[in-house]
Amino acid sequence: MNSEELDKIVEEEKRSRQSLEHEICVCVAAGCLSAHSEDVKAVLEKEVKQHGLGHQCKVKGVGCLGLCASGPLIAVEGGEKRTLYCNVTAQDAPEIVGALGKEPVKRLQLPESIPFFSRQRKLVLENCGRIDPERIEEYIGVGGYSALQKSLNEMRPTEVIEQITRSGLRGRGGAGYPTGLKWSTVSKAVGSRKFVVCNADEGDPGAFMDRTILASDPQKVIEGMIIAAYAVGASEGFIYVRAEYPLAIKRLKTAIHQAERLGLLGKNILGTTFSLSIELRLGAGAFVCGEETALIASIEGKRGTPRPRPPYPAESGLWKSPTLINNVETFAHVPKIILEGGDWYARLGTAKSKGTKMFALAGRVKNTGLIEVPMGINLREIIYEIGGIPEGHRFKAVQTGGPSGGCIPEQHLNTPVDYESLTKLGSIMGSGGMVVMDETSCIVDVAKFFIEFCMSESCGKCIPCRVGVTQMHDLLCKITDGAATMDDLALLEELCDVVRNTSLCGLGQTAPNPILSTLQYFRDEYIAHIEKKACPAGICKISGSEKESA
Amino acid sequence: MSRRHMQNLWFREGERVSMSVHIVTFAINGRDVSARESETVLDVARQNDIFIPTLCQVEGLSSVGACRLCLVEVKGRPRLFPACVLQVEEGMEVQTESERLSKYRRMIVELLFSERNHICAVCVSNGHCDLQDLAQKLGVTHVRYAYRNPSMPIDASHKQFALDHNRCVLCTRCIRVCDEIEGAHVWDMMARGIKSRIIADLDEAWGSSETCTNCGKCVQVCPTGALFERGKSVTEMTKRRQFLTYLTMMKEVPR
Repeated sequence: MNSEELDKIVEEEKRSRQSLEHEICVCVAAGCLSAHSEDVKAVLEKEVKQHGLGHQCKVKGVGCLGLCASGPLIAVEGGEKRTLYCNVTAQDAPEIVGALGKEPVKRLQLPESIPFFSRQRKLVLENCGRIDPERIEEYIGVGGYSALQKSLNEMRPTEVIEQITRSGLRGRGGAGYPTGLKWSTVSKAVGSRKFVVCNADEGDPGAFMDRTILASDPQKVIEGMIIAAYAVGASEGFIYVRAEYPLAIKRLKTAIHQAERLGLLGKNILGTTFSLSIELRLGAGAFVCGEETALIASIEGKRGTPRPRPPYPAESGLWKSPTLINNVETFAHVPKIILEGGDWYARLGTAKSKGTKMFALAGRVKNTGLIEVPMGINLREIIYEIGGIPEGHRFKAVQTGGPSGGCIPEQHLNTPVDYESLTKLGSIMGSGGMVVMDETSCIVDVAKFFIEFCMSESCGKCIPCRVGVTQMHDLLCKITDGAATMDDLALLEELCDVVRNTSLCGLGQTAPNPILSTLQYFRDEYIAHIEKKACPAGICKISGSEKESA
Repeated sequence: MSRRHMQNLWFREGERVSMSVHIVTFAINGRDVSARESETVLDVARQNDIFIPTLCQVEGLSSVGACRLCLVEVKGRPRLFPACVLQVEEGMEVQTESERLSKYRRMIVELLFSERNHICAVCVSNGHCDLQDLAQKLGVTHVRYAYRNPSMPIDASHKQFALDHNRCVLCTRCIRVCDEIEGAHVWDMMARGIKSRIIADLDEAWGSSETCTNCGKCVQVCPTGALFERGKSVTEMTKRRQFLTYLTMMKEVPR
């Protein structure tokens, strides 16, 4: 495959799309699939055939349309118009096909003008819900691989890195390390072999950003990886994806295979001297393998435990070679930055956090689903406008950053979403989990949930994390059982300090965050459990507490 | 003669000293020290008789930085670093003692005591135990955390040795010595977190292990009474680790 052949695919795709009057895009990402969107798709296909529309109308599976709470979702595209339907069942299919080219089916229609859609800014998700994730031609048809073409044909590796640096892109895996700096470090590292690794071991409870990208637009991630490999001089790549994502794995396998078939992966990519192979590696269910040194050990076939850094993987990673590790979402930002330029990208967002960020919005909101918003948007806008608090309920706190993050209360909702602001509030940006809680959630119970998670996911290598987090969990149980004293609380805080400062890797170092942030904002709830032996939210089963609250 | 002295002798006599060895100067606790670039802060501290507590580290085996007892402060860096894997750098200022470090070290030892059943009075290693020594040296007089009192098995299937999980601190010395020195890799770690446990082969009884060479190196490097020779009673299990020093030295001798 060379550049001309790539252009030819673009032309062909354009032509075949223009020959269609309508396209019915059925979401076949995990959320809608679980709501039986495959059945809906099958009936739609049958209906289209029966109506004799086979030549003018195509039914296709597409990636995530975002509003997972109202799935299955369907987008009908015809000419300039795009109609979105929600909660579609197989019985609705004839009606939808019947309405093609006429007035849309009002009772199912979901206006795209609602804040859930209008407040978003989609860069990574631009193709999600528009292209078939299992056909590379469609990705190429909407401009895919033109960024790779541009990089290989018009830019030197250093120029690629410069654009990434100028864009201000930071690691979307959670820590927010400047991507350009990381790339430049790996490119300067000396080694006869270099690797590029995509971290798709997404494991935060409630987070599904990476899963959605991989299942909806896998080629974008692969293109980002190829560009990265070109920039840093790597010739081998790995995608480390957790085995619990069978759909993402299936689509990734298809995507890699198709890219290889077109010569976009393998030897002499696009007719240049640059070569790259990408292999999949499946995680076996350990959260800690998302930590980069543990991930490296796991790919090497060893027990997935972290090791002290330095040396950093950029210098000594896979098989002691320089290794670039970025998260799925980070790689997915790359093609757009190359096409539009780093400066264009840097115009979006705040002073230190650029571009957009995806969040998996979950918990006590009306619109749960996957969103992509510009950095700097207020938490309040996300929660009240995009999410929406159900009637009769009162917002209490939002948990960001998963088990490494913290709970942010009402009074700080006007905080702009960026790495520094969230850290200042005692939480973190994290990979993008966002769980909204209302008055029915007990804050101590929430902290206990996350600590329990960290406890069962600790690898056990270092003592503070292995034993310290277990002791923290036991103390929290004591509090929620109504058996704790104020001395226990003091001990808990002391443990938070030692675990945070002495643990080996990020898992242990950030494990106390859910406790520390809730203690900062909701200390009274802890004290109510300890001194009054009562759970204000009525969640914890403290003997005698029902009498008190009655 | 200590390992260090032997090594220095070799380097003094030999013309085979590599010309690419860089020497750096830095400070530990305000005292200027010199070191080869390849050395760790712990190496240099020991050469200069500066005590840094360690547990998982043994000279002669690879360092894993797991026990976190050797954490030190480095001026200008907010994080703490394990001295056993911290490479020396020109001009760095290391602090091995501070109120904060002592507190953390004491707490880590306390956590270890709370984790399993470390009852010195009935232990074969009483009086010759690294964990006990550390507790005494660091002034751990109480354990404020609840003892977890887990129910742990004892593997006494081996004809010469036994493994008592109750005393194990998961330092992985046995795993490393068996893998790196003996080359048998009998031992490994199973499960994760608080459920982690040392296993022989694929979680088999030690006595029926086909890979074990009965060399006993694991027993000798074990810091506590977790691995011991059968027939030893309370306080009788002293460990002999000289072989490691000797083997390591032989490995390092330029040929």
